[in-house]
Formats: sequence, structure tokens, C-alpha cells
Amino acid sequence: MTSDNDRRRGLLARLRERPAARSRGRRRLGAAVRLIAALMLAGGAYTVFAPGAQAQDNPQLTGAAAEGKALFDVSCVTCHGRNAQGVEGRGPSLIGVGAASVEFQVSSGRMPLARQEAQAHRKPPVFTDEQTRQLAQYIQELGGGPVVPEGDDLREDGNVAAGGELFRINCSQCHAFGGGGGALSSGKFAPSLHPATDRQIYAAMLSGPQNMPVFGDNQLRPEQKADIIAYIQETLKHDQDPGGFNLGRYGPSTEGLAIFLVGIVALVFASLWIAGKS
Amino acid sequence: MKRRKFDLAATPGKAAAGVDDRFAVATPLRKLLNKVFPDHWSFLLGEIALFSFVVLLLTGVFLTFFFEPAMTEVVYDGSYAPLQGTPMSAAYASSLDISFDVRGGLVMRQMHHWAALLFMAAIVVHMLRIFFTGAFRKPRETNWIIGSLLFWVGFLAGFTGYSLPDDGLSGTGLRIASAIMLSIPVIGSWVTSSIFGGEFPGTIIISRFFIAHVLLIPGLLVALISVHLGLVFTQKHTQWPGPGRTNNNVVGERMFPRYALKQGGFFMVVFGVIALMGGLFQINPIWLFGPYEAWVVSAASQPDWYVMFLDGSTRLMPAWEISIPLGDGYVIPPLFWPTVVLPGILVGLSTMYPFLEARQRKDYRSHNLLERPRDAPARTAVGAMAVAFYIVLTLSGANDVIADKFQISLNAMTWAGRIGLLVAPPLAYYVTYRLCLGLQQHDREVLAHGVETGIIRRMPDGRFVEVHQPLSASNGHADGHGQLDYVGWVVPKKMNRLGALGPAIRGFFYPIEKPVEAPVSPGHPPVEARPEREEVGSGESRH
Repeated sequence: MTSDNDRRRGLLARLRERPAARSRGRRRLGAAVRLIAALMLAGGAYTVFAPGAQAQDNPQLTGAAAEGKALFDVSCVTCHGRNAQGVEGRGPSLIGVGAASVEFQVSSGRMPLARQEAQAHRKPPVFTDEQTRQLAQYIQELGGGPVVPEGDDLREDGNVAAGGELFRINCSQCHAFGGGGGALSSGKFAPSLHPATDRQIYAAMLSGPQNMPVFGDNQLRPEQKADIIAYIQETLKHDQDPGGFNLGRYGPSTEGLAIFLVGIVALVFASLWIAGKS
Repeated sequence: MKRRKFDLAATPGKAAAGVDDRFAVATPLRKLLNKVFPDHWSFLLGEIALFSFVVLLLTGVFLTFFFEPAMTEVVYDGSYAPLQGTPMSAAYASSLDISFDVRGGLVMRQMHHWAALLFMAAIVVHMLRIFFTGAFRKPRETNWIIGSLLFWVGFLAGFTGYSLPDDGLSGTGLRIASAIMLSIPVIGSWVTSSIFGGEFPGTIIISRFFIAHVLLIPGLLVALISVHLGLVFTQKHTQWPGPGRTNNNVVGERMFPRYALKQGGFFMVVFGVIALMGGLFQINPIWLFGPYEAWVVSAASQPDWYVMFLDGSTRLMPAWEISIPLGDGYVIPPLFWPTVVLPGILVGLSTMYPFLEARQRKDYRSHNLLERPRDAPARTAVGAMAVAFYIVLTLSGANDVIADKFQISLNAMTWAGRIGLLVAPPLAYYVTYRLCLGLQQHDREVLAHGVETGIIRRMPDGRFVEVHQPLSASNGHADGHGQLDYVGWVVPKKMNRLGALGPAIRGFFYPIEKPVEAPVSPGHPPVEARPEREEVGSGESRH
């Protein structure tokens, strides 16, 4: 039983309670041996794993990643620095952001950036899908990170009703009920979801671009992500607006504008007309 | 058998005589039907509010047939697929049913909402007309107060109605309303818990708002509107000054038939505009908002436009919290000032304005003639100041939408609102005051010197002067100037406006009369068109 108790207690406790019978000399010798062993272990591990001097210039990249590196060194290196390590005051390090982040930023045209400002805007993409994949592969092989699943249709079997509920809980605070986007502080904003593809929405949830929080797979499971994408793509984008012209879905602010610009203007003209008939 | 001859023409007279024999209505009815209303387009703005209220009653009654004012939880199984299987309140489910499963329900709902927005908009526009023309002056102060109260009661009607569908947006509004009530010092928590029946949101608020929205508030509105119209009848309508119009008469059209027919037509127009908007423009798409849950909120959550100024004042208010070291410590939250104190001040100022102005101008006489805005520069400028204040607050209520869609920083919008709230009203006051004085001065100038003719005359010494056409015969002045009093009514500014004739071409949207073709007599060439007018040179004087 005592040995069990010993085992249960922590390592430090056991070390502290070693019987004081051993001489000081033996203890010092033991400590020296342990130190040397640890140093040898660390040094050995370093020699095994550390890349050689020439390997620094030629990391083991697959073909696509090498193509991506070529593109990177032409278009991205100014701000993100050599080997995507980032440049102070210009662009962040891309080590560990993963292919998902590259795919979102490059395929939506946000990167390369037009200018330094509060937040990047969506533009026509500069790179083709193939080039985007190569860039993503390069960044992925540099530091790993989240990856968007294969395929263009990421909402298979998505449940629109469940997706709507998740959307209203997680997304509408910033992107608004209609998915049209909204303002954040100091010029930042949540963009409209209407031009986004399935893969871009998925990549955004995984990587949390710009001011968006990350919705990792432990926060929203992949099937929940599919539900949300289904709701955005099938309900918000394809809602036929049963009530008529939707006034931009900006809520009561444009409705208030409409009642003055249409209702009051029409009726003031009507009253001018009626009063003129005398 | 001899048949009695049936005289069709005499039937209405006979029937009317029969009615009068029994009810003796001829005398009061004659007085009513012969009542005279002055005719001006701006006197019809209040009617827009009245008629949209009628539309509100009609569409509202339709909606009550299908609306279920309860917060009982149900699972939606209607025809809107993206919400099927979602748990929600019975109120929200029945609102969805009205929108998707009741025939004509969506257009009725949208008409009801547009009519509500129009009701409030027309009240405000009508109120501006009353204010800027001085129609609120003695003896009509009471009606001004009733009108201002109608705005606030309409405000309550709108807010309770906005909350009834129990969707994500209206629930957010209700949450803010409960926070506003909670912010009232001392009584706040009691007020809130008695209205909500406990903690927000509780289970009773929709039923309570329903009865307030369909019975209590409309009842109050009907009562106030009746008194409002009754006072217009007994005090008679104001009129513009002008030929033959004095403070003691009313010049216009009789109630029957012209005025009544025009009003009937105008009601149809208002109904038509509301129906068109209800059919063409989507309003409050509750199916996108989902059922209200305490953890659901959306970007760009705004109230309807007439509440937006309070949202704006809240957004502009700095976070000044007042801690009072009393007992365990007492805090007045910053929300209290822009949402409770500010509307309180606004109600007080607006209702008391007629008395404040009478006191300031030391004018306690009765006024049945209106004043043009330019003739009361101080009042017009104060009105412009109030409008500027209200517009800055309303725009600030939508400042996140403006920031997002026009790509302006939200922080910049907030500061623009804060500075604008302090700077815009005095600026509006100054500019309006100067404009009024300038317009007035030009009128006086025309009265004194005559209409500008556009004829430039060169004097022997080389000076150029414009020839003016005097408005009255000269009375001894060498330059032909007459003496005309300033009466506060339109002064002709162009040559073809002289005299008592109306505009040369009749018709509102297009000319209804074509100029007569010149007759062509045989043997004569057709009459040629008049030659183009030549530019007037500086040689011969045409004076």
C-alpha cells in the first residue's frame, strides 16, 4: 500500500522525501551524471532534427508548394517578408495560418492588399484558382494550420432551419439578419455575405480573417458549418422577398426613408393637385 | 285599376322631408354642410394622418382575426421552410402564418406597417405646417397640445405594434425598452417588473401589449382625434391672408359638395398609396429575424423611424455614470438622460411652445390669419433649429448603417453626431433667420419699387439702371413709386403675375387647354408665327 501511495504522489514530493541516509558526495555525483545525460540527449536530438546549413535555403517543398513560393516571392514578400515571417508594421507572419486563411484572402481578392487601411475589401481576385491553391499549399507546408475540406459544395445535407438558428446566434450580430454586413468600430466592418462562395464561408469560419472570430471545429462542428452555409446560400441569397422590393434589407432605416421619399412625396403632390382644382 | 304616377324626380326631396319630419336634422345639417373650409394644399397634410389612421383600423382589424397574442412555446410547421421545426412563441408563429399561409395576409401586414409609418410621418409634416405658419396661436393652443399628444400616443401605438410579432428584431427593441424603464431612478425596477410581470421577458408582455395596442391606445387615439377635429370645427380653420380675407371671416369652399368630394377623393388617394407601398415594398421581413431569443441580436437593429431619434440620442450619449454614495451606493446609468429626460424635455417644450411664444412676443390676441414663415423669422428659425436637432438624432440612430454603406468609420459618425448636435441647431437658426429676413426684404422692395422687368436702360451719363414696373399708380412721387402696405402675402415678382388672373396655362400635370389656332381665311396666306423677341438694346428707351 505504501508503494501505491508513493506512486500516487507527485515526482517532486518523492524526490523531496528521499531518505537523507545517502552521503552528500554520492548525491552530487548522481546530479552530475543526470546533467550530462540530459545534455547529451538534447544535443543528440538537435543534431538529428536540426536542418543543415544548406537545407535552410531549400526546404523540402512539394511541387505545388514550390510554385506557390515562386508566386509568394513576387507578390506577397513585400509585406509578409521572406519565408512568410512577417514584416513589422506591414504584414503579419503567415506561419501557422494554414491553407484556409490563404484561400479566403486570396480567392476573395482581399490579398494582395490595395492599401493599408482598417480592413481589406473584396476585389476581383488577382490569382487564378490554381495559383491560389499553390500559394495555400506553400503556406500550409511552411507552418501547418486549418485546411478547408475538398470540394466546391460544402453544404451537402445541410439543414437550413438548424443553420438559421446557428446563424442568428453566431453570425447575425455582425453580418446582420439579412447577411448584408454591418459596421464595426473605427472603420472596420463585417462584409456582406452575398458574394461569398461555400469554400470562402467555410475558410472564414475556420481561419477568422480580419476582425472575425475563429469558429474552430470544436465550436461549430463541420456539419454545423454545413448547416450555416446552407442557410446563407439557400435562404439568404435565394429568398425571393415575398413582400416586394426589399429596400436593401437595411431594416427600419431605409423603411423610414421610403415613407418620406415615396409616401409623403406622393401625397404632397396629390394634395397640391387636389387643392389646385378649385 | 288606375296606377298612381311615380314621380322619380320628387323622390329624394320626399324622402328627405320624411327624415326631417322624424329627426329634425335639417337645421343642424344645413349649418354643417354649408361650413366653409379655406383651400390650400398645406391644409390637407393633417388629413393624410387621419386617413392613414382609418387604413390602420381597417387592416388592424383584419390582422387580429389571425394573430395569437401569446408567448406559449410552439414548434413551427407552417410553409416557410427555413423555420420549420424551430421552437417559437405562438405570437411569432401566427405572425408567420399571417405572412405565408393567410390569403392576402402579407399585404395586409405590410399595409398596416406602412400606414403606421405614414401616420407618424404625416403627423410630423402636419405639425411642421402648423408650427411654421403660426396656426397654433391663440385660440388654438389646446389643439396644438392635443396634436403633440397624438404624436406621443402614436409613438406608443407604433412601439407596441412593433413588439407584437415577437421576432428577433422586436425582442431586441423590447429589451432596450425594459432597460430604459430600469434606468429610471428609484421606481425603475418596480415599473419594469410590473409591466413585464417579473423579469424580462417573462410570459405576459405580448398579451399586455396586444390589449394596449388594439384597445387602449386606439381608443385614446380615437378620442384625441375626435376632440382635435371637433375643435377645428368650432374654432374654424385658419386661412392665409389675402384679398378679402380678414381675421374675422373664412373664405373658401362649402363642406358640401366640393369639399366633401375632394376629401373623399383624397382618402382614396391615401388608401391607394398605402396599398401600393404595401404591395411593392417589403417591410419588416420578420421571417429573416427568427424568433426572439435573449442571445440573438443583429447588426443594424433599429426601431421604426419615429423612435430612431431616441436610439440616436442613446448612441451619442457619453458613458457618464453618476454614482451617489447613498446606502450601498446608488447609480444613475447614462441611459436615463437620453431616453427618459430628453423626451420629457421635448414633450414639455413642444406642448408649452404657444404660451412661451405669446409671452415672448407679448401677443395675447386671437389670430385666425396665418403668418408666412418669413414673416416670423424668430419662430421659423426656432423651428429650423428643432428640425436640425431631430434630424441629427435620427441620422445618428442609423449611424451604423450609414457608416457601413458609405464606408465611414463608425467612431467618426458618432463624433460627427455629437458635434453636429451642438453645432447644427444654432447654425440652422442663423441661416434660417437670415433667409427669412432676405425674403421679407425682397417682398418689401417689390412693393416699394415695383416688379423687375429685365429691361436695362442706359442713362445719358453712362450708368445702367433696371426699369421697374410699379405695382400701384404713382401718387405724386417723381419716380412713380406708390405706397403699398406689407400684408404678409404673396407679392408678384414677375411681369406675367401682375393682376388678378391665374397662371396663363391651366392644368396641373399638363396643359388642359391648347391655344386657339389662328383662323385661316381663303385667299390669305396663313398667319405667321410671331417673330422671336429681340434682345433689348440700350438705345431707345421704352419707358
